[in-house]
Amino acid sequence: MLHILRDRRTLLVIFGMPIAQILIFGFALSNEVKNTRIGILDMARDEQSARYIQQIEESEYFETTHELSTTKEIDQLLRAGKVQMVLAIPSTFSEDLAHSRQTQVQVVTDGTNPNVATTLENYTANITRDFQQTLMSATELPYTIKVSTRMLYNPQMKGEYNFVPGVIALVLMLICTMMTSVSIVKEKELGNMEILLVSPMNPLTIVVSKAIPYIFMGLLILTIILVLSVTILHVPIHGSLLLLYVVSLIFIFSALALGLLISSFTNSQQMAMMISLMGLLLPTVMFSGFMFPIESMPWPLQLISNLIPAKWYFYSIQGIMIKGLGIGAIIKEIAILTFFAIFFIGLSVKKFQIRLA
Amino acid sequence: MKENLYQMSKSYSIIAESLTKTFGSFTAVDSISFNVSAGEIFGFLGANGAGKTTAMRMLCGLSKPTSGSAVVAGFNIDKESESIKQRIGYMSQKFSLYQDLTVSENIEFYGGIYGLGKQKLAQSAKELLHRLHLEKDARTLVRALPLGWKQKLSFSIAIMHQPSIVFLDEPTGGVDPVTRRQFWQMIYEAADHGITIFVTTHYMDEAEYCDRVAIMVDGKIEALDSPQQMKEQMKAEDMNEVFYRLARTATRASA
Amino acid sequence: MNKMKYILRKEFKQIFRDPAILRLIFLMPAIQLLILPFAADYEIKNINVGIVDHDHSTYSRGLIQKIEFSSYFNLTEYSDSYQMGLQWIESETADLIIEIPTNFEKNLVRESEATLFLAVNAVNGPKGNLGAAYASNIIRSYNQDIRSEWIQWPRMNPEPQIEVVASHWYNPTSNYQVFMVPGILAVLLTMVGGFLSALNIVREKEIGTIEQLNVSPIKKHQFILGKLIPFWLLGFVVLTIGLMISYVIHGIIPGPNLGTLYLFSGIYLLAILGFGLLVSNFTDTQQQALMVAFFFMLIFILLSGLYTPIESMPKWAQIVAWINPVTYLVDVCRMVMLKGSVLSDMTFHLVAIGFTGVLLNTLAIWTYAKRT
Repeated sequence: MLHILRDRRTLLVIFGMPIAQILIFGFALSNEVKNTRIGILDMARDEQSARYIQQIEESEYFETTHELSTTKEIDQLLRAGKVQMVLAIPSTFSEDLAHSRQTQVQVVTDGTNPNVATTLENYTANITRDFQQTLMSATELPYTIKVSTRMLYNPQMKGEYNFVPGVIALVLMLICTMMTSVSIVKEKELGNMEILLVSPMNPLTIVVSKAIPYIFMGLLILTIILVLSVTILHVPIHGSLLLLYVVSLIFIFSALALGLLISSFTNSQQMAMMISLMGLLLPTVMFSGFMFPIESMPWPLQLISNLIPAKWYFYSIQGIMIKGLGIGAIIKEIAILTFFAIFFIGLSVKKFQIRLA
Repeated sequence: MKENLYQMSKSYSIIAESLTKTFGSFTAVDSISFNVSAGEIFGFLGANGAGKTTAMRMLCGLSKPTSGSAVVAGFNIDKESESIKQRIGYMSQKFSLYQDLTVSENIEFYGGIYGLGKQKLAQSAKELLHRLHLEKDARTLVRALPLGWKQKLSFSIAIMHQPSIVFLDEPTGGVDPVTRRQFWQMIYEAADHGITIFVTTHYMDEAEYCDRVAIMVDGKIEALDSPQQMKEQMKAEDMNEVFYRLARTATRASA
Repeated sequence: MNKMKYILRKEFKQIFRDPAILRLIFLMPAIQLLILPFAADYEIKNINVGIVDHDHSTYSRGLIQKIEFSSYFNLTEYSDSYQMGLQWIESETADLIIEIPTNFEKNLVRESEATLFLAVNAVNGPKGNLGAAYASNIIRSYNQDIRSEWIQWPRMNPEPQIEVVASHWYNPTSNYQVFMVPGILAVLLTMVGGFLSALNIVREKEIGTIEQLNVSPIKKHQFILGKLIPFWLLGFVVLTIGLMISYVIHGIIPGPNLGTLYLFSGIYLLAILGFGLLVSNFTDTQQQALMVAFFFMLIFILLSGLYTPIESMPKWAQIVAWINPVTYLVDVCRMVMLKGSVLSDMTFHLVAIGFTGVLLNTLAIWTYAKRT
């Protein structure tokens, strides 16, 4: 314990990391697309098109930064990343509307980010539909199906409800698995492990005593994240706090056991880090469902995601916090987590004994 | 006074003048002065935390003195620390060879960075391996060598570029008595070739092997003489007794 | 200069003898580029729909059929109790429920207006939003079907139609992998340059060999160059492996300006190596270096526009993003690999990263103390 406490830089990072993550996810990252720089190529240049453009510019989604005069410029602007979208209005815009009551506008987006591109297309379509409405005398259409929508659990559509549990899973994994494995391997590397192992203490006692500080640290950080989330980000904890901590403890145990397991078959810190990073952190980010929707993945990856303890943990604490689920609703997840914990602890104890024998 | 130091440096390998190092309010080395003659084996004794290593690090140019000055191998440690480096050898407390390189790769690397030149390097490497009877193990990773061998190799590499002084920081820590004897044999040989030896230790029996020893207590030099003289003066049986009498006054806890 | 030869020889030997580094260099690009792009797909498909049908009418069955045939939705649950519906959401067997009220058909025909109820699991905000939007679309289209059953429009449509024709350039199939791959490449380079170099230097501190070098006549810049050059070259190796994987697996042809990418990566690597060096100057153990580097990397990567667009960030975060070197590489990788941008399109990027490189390295050399 003293080792860790004495090392102020590590402490700073351990506590700074979750805080920074919460702040970044909470205040900086968003998938919402707004203030997009666009270019407009108006070949009609009449009253009608001017009114249409005005309506586009009034939206908070778009900001016109370039006015084009030829189609050639489109590629130049998009390629240099000066604009994300170009809206082209044909010269026959008003004429067509007046005669055939039908016309087209062209939207060219920078399609590198498909999400942004489709969102921009949808925005334009929406504004255009609104513009259409203003052109038409207000007549009620018959046989209308109205839709009344309720957003359950998260009416304000906060991203926080998703990433707070994700950050918790990630940070616990980082501390309990990576730090444990690296610190045990370090003792090995420096030869201290041999000294400890020849001492009269039971080797398991040694390992357990190495792990205990990380349990406390994990719980402490969990508490910090929860406090920050509730106070700053206004994320609710609808369910039982006790249940939340119990589930977290089970997860911490499985993470620690994984750390021990890694340390038992690696001999260098760099190796331990690499395995923790590639083998655990990356899958945690990818497969726990907090960054990327699991349902959209190809089926082999969906299958793999079931083997990631963080997925089950994420689901349980999200359920407890946001949906207010009780133990009954997440009993399957808890059972799976417990199974993982027992399995990993058993495996690492066995590994350890073999090495000593 | 500066003139003086340079005059003296012709006959002395190391001249330290009220060398002091403080870390904040803590004075690790408290105004020590001493001279070491060329070719001498000079022992630096003291409990852990007495300031031995700090003093040695200043002399090697690893640490800047807070005040005072010293001349090592004819160079001022404050202004010419880079020039000193070519003229000294150093073997630190921590093991200083690369465990993931082979014996000959270590030799080649250290020889190379001291600018030994290709032919000279090959020659020295051959001699060194022969002297240590390590020819067969030239391609062995250093990691696989027993500790005693590692230490001997470490020392040989530290003097490979024929420095005028070699600094040894507790070189025999954790080594068995037989190997320690062999190690001191190597030190004598080096001294016979005119290399000044500056060695810190806390093994009192090793102090007996030195020409002169300085005993450090709480950052100061409490006594400086040949082991023989010290024992006679303090009417002590051996160096152990000398040391205990002097160290009794220590106030710093040995950490 | 002769000394450099020995230093570099030693560094390369150590790197190539360390199985951890070697595996890292070959496995990292492989794993990340093989799996991540498939997993990192924000596109939301397969939304599970549950239907609570109180009406049991022709129209309600028509709507259910319409949903069943849509490619976005999986119809997973059907019942006539709203309570059941809420349970589906709780257990996540359905992402949204459409409730068809009693007399839906009757109201629509008699009163010319009827309401459907939509309840969406919005724990995951964007997903909930999208689900609701898709559902509204499908209902609107069903509405059109019903209308056209009842009314014969006059020959000329009274409603003016402005059709929006969109084309998405550089990624016409809107493939998310195409978007992610260049970004992941950028992250790879960052990890090799930032992590490995920092760990490598700190390792010498931890083992104690750095003392031995510090008393030797090796100059400050020689030591630093000896550490940087191998990782600089390794960065190119990783880049090349990464480009090959993205071509073979994802079919991304890195555009005609490959040289530009290498040039920019070379400068970028210098900057990020400077960062690694800086980290190593302020840490004493590998564990510390790892944590500190990880901390900054995480911030760099999150705020680089890799996952979420920079334009959507608040002003302060945008400023941070444009100070962040990773942003530039992510951008340049995408520009070169997807848009075929040329050197003149990225003048600003080059200047910025060059400046960052000089700054970081100056700081690093300045804080690297050979003696205390």
